[in-house]
Amino acid sequence: MSRPPLQKAAFRLLDHLGTLLCVVLVVSPALLFFLWMLSLSLKYEIDNGAYPPIFIPDHIAWKNYTAVFASNHFLLYFWNSVIVTGAATLLALLVGVPAGYGIARLKANNSAMVIMIARMTPGLSYLIPMFLMFQWLGLLGTLVPQIIIHLVVTVPIVIWIMIGYFETTPIELEEAAMLDGASRWQTFLRVTLPIARPGVVVSFILAVIFSWNNFVFGVVLAGRETRTLPVAVYNMLSFEQVSWGPLAAAALVVTFPVLVLTVLAQRQIVAGLTAGAVKGG
Amino acid sequence: MNLTATTAATVPPVTIRSGKTKAPGRSFWPFVIPALLVVVAVILVPWAFTLWMSVSEWKIGETHHFVGFANYWRLISDDRFIQSIWRTLVYTVLSVVAPLILGTIAALLFNRKLPFRGLLRGIFVMPMMATPVAIALVWTMMFHPQLGVLNYLLSLVGIGPQDWVYSPGTVIASLVMVETWQWTPLVMLIVLGGLASLPVDPFESAQIDGANAWQRLRYLTLPMITPFLLVAVTIRMIDALKSFDIIYAITQGGPGTASETINLYLYSVAFSYSEIGYGSAIAVVFFGLIVLLSILLLYLRQRSARIMGDVK
Repeated sequence: MSRPPLQKAAFRLLDHLGTLLCVVLVVSPALLFFLWMLSLSLKYEIDNGAYPPIFIPDHIAWKNYTAVFASNHFLLYFWNSVIVTGAATLLALLVGVPAGYGIARLKANNSAMVIMIARMTPGLSYLIPMFLMFQWLGLLGTLVPQIIIHLVVTVPIVIWIMIGYFETTPIELEEAAMLDGASRWQTFLRVTLPIARPGVVVSFILAVIFSWNNFVFGVVLAGRETRTLPVAVYNMLSFEQVSWGPLAAAALVVTFPVLVLTVLAQRQIVAGLTAGAVKGG
Repeated sequence: MNLTATTAATVPPVTIRSGKTKAPGRSFWPFVIPALLVVVAVILVPWAFTLWMSVSEWKIGETHHFVGFANYWRLISDDRFIQSIWRTLVYTVLSVVAPLILGTIAALLFNRKLPFRGLLRGIFVMPMMATPVAIALVWTMMFHPQLGVLNYLLSLVGIGPQDWVYSPGTVIASLVMVETWQWTPLVMLIVLGGLASLPVDPFESAQIDGANAWQRLRYLTLPMITPFLLVAVTIRMIDALKSFDIIYAITQGGPGTASETINLYLYSVAFSYSEIGYGSAIAVVFFGLIVLLSILLLYLRQRSARIMGDVK
């Protein structure tokens, strides 16, 4: 412990560099994967079929992207995704935020169990009965079935995260407002909800991402006109020509909004995921 | 084990005095009722329906007969189902252990002070947030035996080309690799949350007593974050058992049935063969298995918590 100061400083610098190196090593599988995805999406067929592989092509194939946007149904599928994710998220916030508040104040910890069980349930086991019900109701050609079944994803996320946030909002403020004659709803809307706004943002972001990413519900429930983007991309893989450039471009376009959201809101996402996960136990 | 307190780091804990909760308690119910209706409509009703269908013989477009437990008896003698169970268990164990080890190491690194920590963490988390189908598509290209970049990377270190997802012998390991790549970040985040909540004092006194870094990790850090590791194991296990998107998009359960887990088989039975009744029975048994394994883990966790409590 009695090293000379210079040696100590050098040691600390080495320690920092070592840590940074290790972290770069740990991050590289993620980073390299997405860079390779970008590279695939910007190369002509010849370059994508080259061996050894070419990482940065001489000629950039922007046409892969124009091909994606020009393909006849892409904008429709994009719009479908926006509608399904948007509606499922807004509905989930509408019912889930008050529910999170109610559950936190009622201290109804058993209801958290219900949400845990919802997490354990395989998505396919909702799909079988829902598929039949929507068939009977004649709704299969519309987006309604997908919006409803996406609630299975979004509602538990919102309730889960909001319980955590409402448990930490001080009840004293509410009591003061009630003493001043505000009703329970007024107190909730004017006093508690503004304090818990970061929680609403976090649950909004996570609900959007998980709904946007969902694949299995669309595979079963979507028809040709009602596909969401993940389903559309999967269908490109199985039915159209296997040319890697346009495929990779389509894949990147589908996941791009999510990746941007992840990097921009990583602090909120981390907070939401760990709160949910830690409570989840 | 009460872990909820760890999420409420900065704000003082809420105290509701028991005398006051009785009267306003009822006024909170209107907040919960809309969500309750949604949960009943989209979760409980479908479940009841599934249970009812599982005791029926029913193909899409045909009539429906009550057959009692015939579907369940059929499961026991269905080799394809039994094999899918084993495959699922192997897949799950590997997909829990690998992310757990790597995620813990990553969390220990991210817990240190380093430049660009936020950005690096954002990149690290990207695999779990990205659209699984989009990812699966790129992995499929990377697995390609002739043109894939993975075999090229192996050739750089002198390893011969592999068949990856195209051979029954390596398909599970290859899919586990994707699953590990995708979900290690979640384990990292949970463990990182645990590391952030550790008290400083024991580490300082251990350092004064001359414990080296490895001893502090082995005898202080790891025992203290065990509850968080168990949370990570539970969540990872549930997600791995249910894994669908990656497997379906990359192999569709193939080659042959070499990567057909329960979930994939369930999909085939219900939606490719349109056997609604039998598919529902598989769904019920599958859900039962997930609940059973989760309860087992919960039990282990409470036991370990008790042991740790005794030590203290």
